Amino acid sequence: MAISYYEFEKPVQQAQDKLDKALAKDRQDEKHLREIQKLETELEQARHEIYGNLTPFQRVLIARKPERPHAQDYIKALTTEFQEIHGDRGYADDKAVLCGFAQFRGVSCVVIGQCKGREVKENLKYNFGMMHPEGYRKALRTMKLADKFGLPVLVFIDTPGAYPGVQAEERGQFEAIARNIREMFTFTVPVLCSVIGEGASGGAIGIGVGNVVLMLENAWYSVISPEGCASILWRDAQFAPQAAEALKLTAQDLLELKIVEEIVPEPLGGAHYDPDTAYANLGDAMQRQLTQLLKLSPDELREQRFAKYRAVGEWEENLAEQTKG
Amino acid sequence: MPWFEKKPKFSSLPGAVRPSNVPEGLYEKCPDCYSMIYRKEFEENLHVCPKCHYHARVSARERIVMLVDPGTFQEDNSHLSPVDKLQFEAKKKYSKQIEEGRKKTGQLDAIVSGIGKIHGKTASLAIMDFTFLGGSMGSVVGEKVTRAMERALAERIPVITVTATGGARMMESILSLMQMAKTSALCAELDRAGIPFISVLSDPSTAGVMASFAALGDVIIAEPRCLVGFAGRRVIEQTVREHLPKGFQTAEFVQEHGFVDIVCERRELRGVLARLLNHLWYASPKRKSDGNGRSRAGSERSSKKTQAVEQAVAQ
Repeated sequence: MAISYYEFEKPVQQAQDKLDKALAKDRQDEKHLREIQKLETELEQARHEIYGNLTPFQRVLIARKPERPHAQDYIKALTTEFQEIHGDRGYADDKAVLCGFAQFRGVSCVVIGQCKGREVKENLKYNFGMMHPEGYRKALRTMKLADKFGLPVLVFIDTPGAYPGVQAEERGQFEAIARNIREMFTFTVPVLCSVIGEGASGGAIGIGVGNVVLMLENAWYSVISPEGCASILWRDAQFAPQAAEALKLTAQDLLELKIVEEIVPEPLGGAHYDPDTAYANLGDAMQRQLTQLLKLSPDELREQRFAKYRAVGEWEENLAEQTKG
Repeated sequence: MPWFEKKPKFSSLPGAVRPSNVPEGLYEKCPDCYSMIYRKEFEENLHVCPKCHYHARVSARERIVMLVDPGTFQEDNSHLSPVDKLQFEAKKKYSKQIEEGRKKTGQLDAIVSGIGKIHGKTASLAIMDFTFLGGSMGSVVGEKVTRAMERALAERIPVITVTATGGARMMESILSLMQMAKTSALCAELDRAGIPFISVLSDPSTAGVMASFAALGDVIIAEPRCLVGFAGRRVIEQTVREHLPKGFQTAEFVQEHGFVDIVCERRELRGVLARLLNHLWYASPKRKSDGNGRSRAGSERSSKKTQAVEQAVAQ
């Protein structure tokens, strides 16, 4: 798929265009080769300049690129023997989430992935990565099978949020998410989550309670999207870049806040520039973490997960200002 | 809807109709039907409009007075105070908003917790206050709900939460989101220990709080016509361009769809809670055969706490 460019990537696009044009010429002389070399250096420079120092909102934009590898791509690249299963056994099969069994580097696992598409038809099929209640229930059903059969759970998070629609409300979106979160605390198998793109709010945590949470370098994870935050707090979605700054939603922020355990590096400019490297990086990090988790006993796994989330939060024990009840 | 049935959005009475010699604060306007209610009557009626039955929002302190036997409420963790860890700044600084919330409510955050008795039956209580930053859940609210549940586990008493919230607190970003996980983790512990949890939803109960502990009560009660849902009305209308059905996301609507057990008038709430506390716990044969406090909780921490409490009681 052709690479798309945002406004801030213009210099990279121009350098790339120049290089492509030169390469298209059918010439072999030394002058031409020197020209190509020069253009290649210019492209490298432009990429380092633009991508070497990304703002939080630029990372959000990169995380949303349609050509970025999605959950189904990671599952395809990192697992073998994949067998998808469908449906929540109650209402429907939500295609926004892919569930099934697979082998990951020699370990039988359950995989759960929020899917996004590259073009209109695919996007409609996956509902832009926004799950309905039946999607959360399908994921829970699959994870319960993992717990029953002692299989580790590998979760790939990439969603702009749980679907905000009339039917989703009618079928209990809040109940589905709440139940998933609670039930994920009961599992005695390793749960390894990876935020590969967008981690928006309840839609993400609804399948995201892990013993370990990994995060790709350009992924974002927050209580609300920058646009949503801007339209509420600034009363104007145009302030999304400021909101992205304020929300502290980058992988680096989340590592510092001890919400994620590890940042998985991406190729310069984003995973889509070199998907194979992105797959290998994530696969290696997952394998390393999973190997450690598999050393824990079932009870230890549950307790470790509980302890991790029990400890989250920042407050003061302000005895001086105690209110009189 | 025919025009003649249309409810006027604003009172058709001009402001000047109110007699100028009426002292300020003697009357209150119903936020829903805009009729003037004698303040004392409104208070005696538990802030429910006598004309249209609208259940007005009440503060956490008022709620405690309405629910708990007089003199039995003992507040705990009142010293927990929010911090601006992320140095969050939008149009206003978060630290300033905390300050304003404090001045407005006299509370350190959007929740009051403690133990109290309802018709003589002890429960651990966590009661949210919408007036403090829209009742949003940040670290302090999450921690106090969590501690209220831990106390219920340790003392083997039921836990009741009353929610009044717009959801997770944006200004604490990911830390707020993780409070959904933390509070739900405790709900899993309550399940394992067999301790009852009753969730009471008041207006509004939405978003991140609704998609975590508030939806996980063994029994879920909602006040009439209160807003209950996940996504905001405006968000749904804007992103999906769908027509919202009449009464969408009201307590009655959510009950109709199977996600709320009881829709209950405010004056009935105390009695309903007392009855449930009895059925689920105080009259339950399981609790009685349980040696009155022997811990079945799996987590060592809570069982240790229970032992400590038992020893304290024995002395």
